[in-house]
Amino acid sequence: MEFFRIKRDIPFMRFALIFNVISLVTFAIAVGALTVRGLHLGVDFTGGTVMELKYPQAANLGQVRDAVSKLGFTDAAVQNFGTASDVLVRLPVKQGITSAQLSETVMAELKKADPKVQLQRVEFVGPQVGRELLENGALALLFVSIGIVLYLWMRFEWKFGVSAIIANLHDVVIILGCFALFQWEFSLPVLAAVLAVLGYSVNESVVVFDRVREVFRNRRYRSMTVPQVLDHAITATMSRTIITHGSTQAMVLMMMIFGGEALFFFSVALTIGICFGIYSSVLVACPLVMWLGVSSKDLEQPEKKARPEAVV
Amino acid sequence: MNRYPLWKYILIGGALLVGLVYTIPNFFGEVPAVQVSPVRATLKVDDALRARVQEILQSNKIVSTGLYSDQTGIKVRFEDTETQLRAKDALQAALGEDYVVALNLLSDNPDWLAAIGARPMYLGLDLRGGVHFLLQVDMRAALTKKIEAHTNEIRSSLREKRIQHSGVARSGQTITVRFRDTAMRDKALAQLRDQLPDLALTTQDDAGEFRLVGTIKPEALTATQKAAIDQNITTLRNRVNELGVAEPIIQQQGSDRVVVQLPGVQDTAKAKEILGRTATLEFRMVEAHASDPSGQNYDPAKVQAAINGAPPFGTELMYDRSSERSEALVLSKQVIITGDRLTNAAPSVDQQNNRPIVSITLDNQGARIMRDLTGQSIGRRMAVLLIEKGKAEILTAPVIQGHFGGQFQISGRFTSGEATDLALLLRAGALAAPMEIIEERTVGPSLGADNIARGFRSMWYGFATIAVFMVVYYRLFGMISVIALGSNLLLLIALLSMMQATLTLPGIAAIALTLGMAIDANVLINERVREELRNGNSPQASITTGYERAWNTILDSNITTLIAGLALFFFGSGPIRGFAVVHCLGIMTSMFSAVMVSRGMVNLVYGSRRRLEKVSIGQVWKPAVQAK
Repeated sequence: MEFFRIKRDIPFMRFALIFNVISLVTFAIAVGALTVRGLHLGVDFTGGTVMELKYPQAANLGQVRDAVSKLGFTDAAVQNFGTASDVLVRLPVKQGITSAQLSETVMAELKKADPKVQLQRVEFVGPQVGRELLENGALALLFVSIGIVLYLWMRFEWKFGVSAIIANLHDVVIILGCFALFQWEFSLPVLAAVLAVLGYSVNESVVVFDRVREVFRNRRYRSMTVPQVLDHAITATMSRTIITHGSTQAMVLMMMIFGGEALFFFSVALTIGICFGIYSSVLVACPLVMWLGVSSKDLEQPEKKARPEAVV
Repeated sequence: MNRYPLWKYILIGGALLVGLVYTIPNFFGEVPAVQVSPVRATLKVDDALRARVQEILQSNKIVSTGLYSDQTGIKVRFEDTETQLRAKDALQAALGEDYVVALNLLSDNPDWLAAIGARPMYLGLDLRGGVHFLLQVDMRAALTKKIEAHTNEIRSSLREKRIQHSGVARSGQTITVRFRDTAMRDKALAQLRDQLPDLALTTQDDAGEFRLVGTIKPEALTATQKAAIDQNITTLRNRVNELGVAEPIIQQQGSDRVVVQLPGVQDTAKAKEILGRTATLEFRMVEAHASDPSGQNYDPAKVQAAINGAPPFGTELMYDRSSERSEALVLSKQVIITGDRLTNAAPSVDQQNNRPIVSITLDNQGARIMRDLTGQSIGRRMAVLLIEKGKAEILTAPVIQGHFGGQFQISGRFTSGEATDLALLLRAGALAAPMEIIEERTVGPSLGADNIARGFRSMWYGFATIAVFMVVYYRLFGMISVIALGSNLLLLIALLSMMQATLTLPGIAAIALTLGMAIDANVLINERVREELRNGNSPQASITTGYERAWNTILDSNITTLIAGLALFFFGSGPIRGFAVVHCLGIMTSMFSAVMVSRGMVNLVYGSRRRLEKVSIGQVWKPAVQAK
């Protein structure tokens, strides 16, 4: 079996402008969603309390809401979680009440209404911890970006490093944009997924760039123009791209279906990352490299004499 | 050409074997167990305790399937939960309150595996259920307490030396002493510089007023902070002990935070109450004892009356269990001073007879009370009590040897180790600085079990999907890729088990994701080999160049992924860190398994064939053939 029977190189670069316009539009929508709606930050980042409750029967949300508002939490969120008998209660940080007492007071009040309620999970994060987690997340993003640019610069050339990181930060912004647009909860696992995507989709650019370098260095392809070289590299790696991402996506899909609530948004973030990762690293990074004016001279093999080993 | 030297096969085989051995313990499941650990730091886990546990079990005819000891306590495995419960009751009854007997689950790992260090991974709280607290120590309060103590010391020292001053005041973290003339100030400076090495003293003159300003030196500042967090951790550990939690984790995080993890604890309210409670010390006089006829207050009749249930008015009977035999003492109910007045307790050695002692430092007020009391009570005995859980325990009841004030020594029949423990206990009675819970995560046990099931189910389904596709699409090469992927999983789990890493739900997600990504290397290789075949190269040459060319790409793409993983590790916290560790390790094992293991198998299958016409890598479509 072979999926890809491509006779000639597909002229991707001819449509480079179109791809970039598509990218810009999606990017603009994502940035717009982020600025207008903002991220729905989870309790990990904002601080506050999340309680997961389990009732033996379908839960009466009104009753839970009444109990919570009786305690003075007017902006608490009460919603079903997974099934009808699971309830998620979110409480904002409240000045004056120590965290330790909070979940107990709420539970005592809920037990009054229905003694069969069970506390499945409590998460309390102080506002200070939340801020730190957010700062560390941003720092991690920054250092991953710098690290990747430096590595690609060293291994290829600065034009590749810059194009790869622009293409992949564009993925990150789109993931964040989706989370802002649909107001999905942005939690710690989602942040982990975003960072994993950054590493993963650079991976994709590297495979294509690797091919580009190889073609540039191969005498057989000397007569090719730069766009032709890029087209050839993309076409040659296309089969691998689709199969690899298909495999990863299969794994992520299983997590999305069977992983439960805890892994759902983690896998959603990965799914968006994988889909846009393919697109951006091939159809955004390559045109960028082209416009930055890459040529075969940038990737000439270093002269053997220049190697330090020769000196020793 | 496609042959590996023997050592490479041995290396691959060896790595897989080690991987298998260290992965196995994770499949044995858990059996009920009981853990015995001492409540007090003075009690050691040793062979004597082990023998005692064994004896208690034997006398109750309880069959255990294994007995292990480590620093924290003695663990005994049982066949079923019924025996476990019986054993718990029998042990608790026989060992008394000095030991915590907790129900636990232990891995059913065979002894020979445990002997070579092959143990199962530790399950995180999100998988087994339990409580996680992050506590913030209020360092400002600790420093204020310290500076307050110094202020008091300055006052009493100046009074003692009759150095006149016009006021000692503390504002924030500085102490200011005012003088009327420089002569007095210089005298004070000389005196205080020797007495309080922790303070940096400077002089300031302002409008006929001469001042001495003291601040805590930076090194003393760090020492104070370290002492405060150490003491708080010790206190927390003592308190957690009585919760009877099998494997608590109490660790410092950063400079001023403490993590407390209590697996299996469901009653968070009780856990919080116990962690937040303060234990106190009390110093009380001994009214009667029956041990040394030459000592003061020797009064066996009074002691006997107390034992019979009629202690004299204003006294109570207590037992001193600090020495080998327990001694009955009649104590006054009046408390001389409490632990609030204690500023430090440190083990030391008596310079006259080289015997271990514990030196105590009291604050100013405590010192004054102690001075007044000891002046009139030389030769009497004084008891030091630790009040915890609403119960009092005599730590020691020494004879007052001389007239003393804020600094004195407690000597007794203890070894240097016991002196250290006692000092620790005295300090640990109270928290050095208040703490606040700034993060709490509680997971119920059923949710934990669900999380494990969900995590593994999604991983296996994903693995199966990938495996089926690879075999259909790449035939034998696909099969080899799947085996390589399997060995990647094996090596990854073995590494995690060797490191005794804690497996969390994000960790399982990372394993799954790593598997999904690791197949990339094999796809790259297989595609490359096909491409070489398509270009008309011979099968053997195609395998060689295919692997060679793919290697560069694999290396580059994995290093970028590794960079992301490392950043996650350094900036992430808690569960994210677990994700990062698994992710990074998985990338490294995947490079080995995807390249070395799969190549080894390809070489075994095809390498020795001279005239290889065809390789089983699925259909290779050649555009040139169709064009004809």
